[in-house]
Amino acid sequence: MSESPDARRSGLSSFAGRVSGTLHRHTWLRLGLLLSAPMAWLLVAYLGALAVLLLSAFWTTDVFTGAVVRQFTTENFHQLLTLDVYRTVAIRSILVAASVTVICALVAFPMAFYMAKVASPRTQRFLVIAVLTPLWASYLVKVYAWRSMFSGNGVINWVLQPTGLHGPGFGLIATVVVLAYLWLPFMILPIYAGLERLPDSLLEASGDLGAGAGRTFRSVVLPLVVPSVAAGSIFTFSLSLGDYIAVQIVGGKSQLIGNVIYGSLLTANNLPLAGALATVPVAIMVIYLLAVKRTGALDQL
Amino acid sequence: MNSRRLLVLATAATLVLVACGSNSDNAKPGKTASAVQQGFTAPNLKPLDKLGTPEGQVNIVAWAGYVENGSTDKSVDWVTPFVKETGCKVNVKIGATSDEMVSLIKTGQYDVVSASGDASLRLIAGGDVEPVNTSLIPNYADVFDALKKKPWNSVKGVEYGVPHGRGANLLMYRTDKVKPAPDSWSSVFDANTPFKGHITAYDSPIYIADAALYLMKTQPALGIKNPYALDDKQFKAATDLLKTQNANIGEYWGDYLKEIQAFKSGDTVLGTAWQINVNLAQAEKAPVAAVLPKEGATGWSDTWMVATKSQHKTCAYKWLNHIISPKANAQVAEWFGEAPSNSKSCALTADKNHCKTFHADDEAYFDQVWYWTTPIKQCLDGRTNVTCKDYGQWTTAWQEIKG
Repeated sequence: MSESPDARRSGLSSFAGRVSGTLHRHTWLRLGLLLSAPMAWLLVAYLGALAVLLLSAFWTTDVFTGAVVRQFTTENFHQLLTLDVYRTVAIRSILVAASVTVICALVAFPMAFYMAKVASPRTQRFLVIAVLTPLWASYLVKVYAWRSMFSGNGVINWVLQPTGLHGPGFGLIATVVVLAYLWLPFMILPIYAGLERLPDSLLEASGDLGAGAGRTFRSVVLPLVVPSVAAGSIFTFSLSLGDYIAVQIVGGKSQLIGNVIYGSLLTANNLPLAGALATVPVAIMVIYLLAVKRTGALDQL
Repeated sequence: MNSRRLLVLATAATLVLVACGSNSDNAKPGKTASAVQQGFTAPNLKPLDKLGTPEGQVNIVAWAGYVENGSTDKSVDWVTPFVKETGCKVNVKIGATSDEMVSLIKTGQYDVVSASGDASLRLIAGGDVEPVNTSLIPNYADVFDALKKKPWNSVKGVEYGVPHGRGANLLMYRTDKVKPAPDSWSSVFDANTPFKGHITAYDSPIYIADAALYLMKTQPALGIKNPYALDDKQFKAATDLLKTQNANIGEYWGDYLKEIQAFKSGDTVLGTAWQINVNLAQAEKAPVAAVLPKEGATGWSDTWMVATKSQHKTCAYKWLNHIISPKANAQVAEWFGEAPSNSKSCALTADKNHCKTFHADDEAYFDQVWYWTTPIKQCLDGRTNVTCKDYGQWTTAWQEIKG
């Protein structure tokens, strides 16, 4: 009862005023407060996890009990570089990721072109939703659906039966198809966005100057959407490189780098080796991103 | 907590010493034969001295089919009576392989595990499970003596768990596709098999022992005496055989449901399996059968163990007592398709011949079954003039086999 409400309010407002004044005078403080939450998240959750992973890669485990022995050793990296199996698996994973990316680009381009340049605004909206719809369904449901497609007595073999042909069955081909299906929207959307930004007048000008459809595509459209394709490829490539579930379900006996990491962690109970193995996709992605950066695609994201 | 960690570290250090200088260590007097044989020193942990009030729940890591509450099959339920009787809610996590079970227990979030021989000693050595006070488990008295105080469930006469049951890994096949019925593991190891692309194998390094067992019987010149004790030459022969087999494999299975599904769809027609996979596939009307091949088989003798870090030890002990009780043990043995550990269970199985079919007290039969065991540097068959491949090397080799 000693303070009247008015006095309290004025006290509060003067406090707020002081704070805002301080913030106004010290720009670095303002910036620091604004960025502290995202920076902390980035440092702790993202770089922190990567650092722990890298650090543990230099430890080893007791093979019998599975306990981690915190003692510096380069044994894991030595194994990584000398055992053929890891090289084979890494190359296989890169090839799968690259195939998925190429297939996605080839399928996505005409689709995106139609959406951006041909379809009416109404159809356009409908198509964008249609492209996004598969993302709402569960990953596992979609992959298991594909398992029954590729199965020996599944839909693919049933359709091919009259022609006397056989489907590929479970294996790398099935894996590539399923991954390409899963990640297609991530390729369509960037290309669609890129094509939408491409002014129609450029296409008309090209036509006025006597270029046919093919020439217009090669000399006008393609150079302008390459960055968009590269941007989409970052998604398809990195998602495929990291995937280890689809390949378990439709990949038959094939294993990709994710399976080997998973296996080292769960089967072998060897966190350090898994850490060392996990540096492989990180390294591949860094190289890939540096390559993509040169196309200017990163400005498109 | 700290002293426990020290103990674990000390064990680890001892193991490293044992591993590095096995020769000098073996020569040292005062080390009992069994300790050298097992290759580790168990941390000095104390068992529970008396039961308290049940904590309300118990978290179990188990093999598929070991903890059934009626959700798989309405009539298959030995969890509900347990919950009613003790008030301990049962949460179960299925482990697909022994390795997965070891990693799960290491998280410290589980109370009880049904460990096979290739997990039990690793858990004991790591201090992840503690000795079990069998006087608190009344049903232990009825367990077959042949299963008590064995190298995979005890160290120097100290029991680390109660025996669950045992069985052999079988050869499952599609009766409509594989004719005549196979009677030998050669059908899965034959390089020129007519079933190329439709053979399956268990996705764990321990499967190397299946190849070693086959070589033990078919290539005596290699001198394999125990499929878990392989020197360089024997190990290479086994892994080479598996690399040849890899060309004919359609899928490896770790998840038992995946195997059942693959047999049902016909994508897999031949390969190693557990009896429960056969039973479940047959229940889904898949035309499959299984056989114990003439070479014998690898198998398991499982042990229920209590995690050191368990927060629900009274419930854990109650579960141990329940699962080896005559009735529950009969139910689980019949459901999974294995020999029960409780001698009184044989009178309670629905099929009166169950114990006979699964050779419950037939030691001569189980002499032909090589229970899963963790391979270590000291050869388990007693050879001292060579070093054997340890489990770490088995693991690396398994990844190389899969390619």
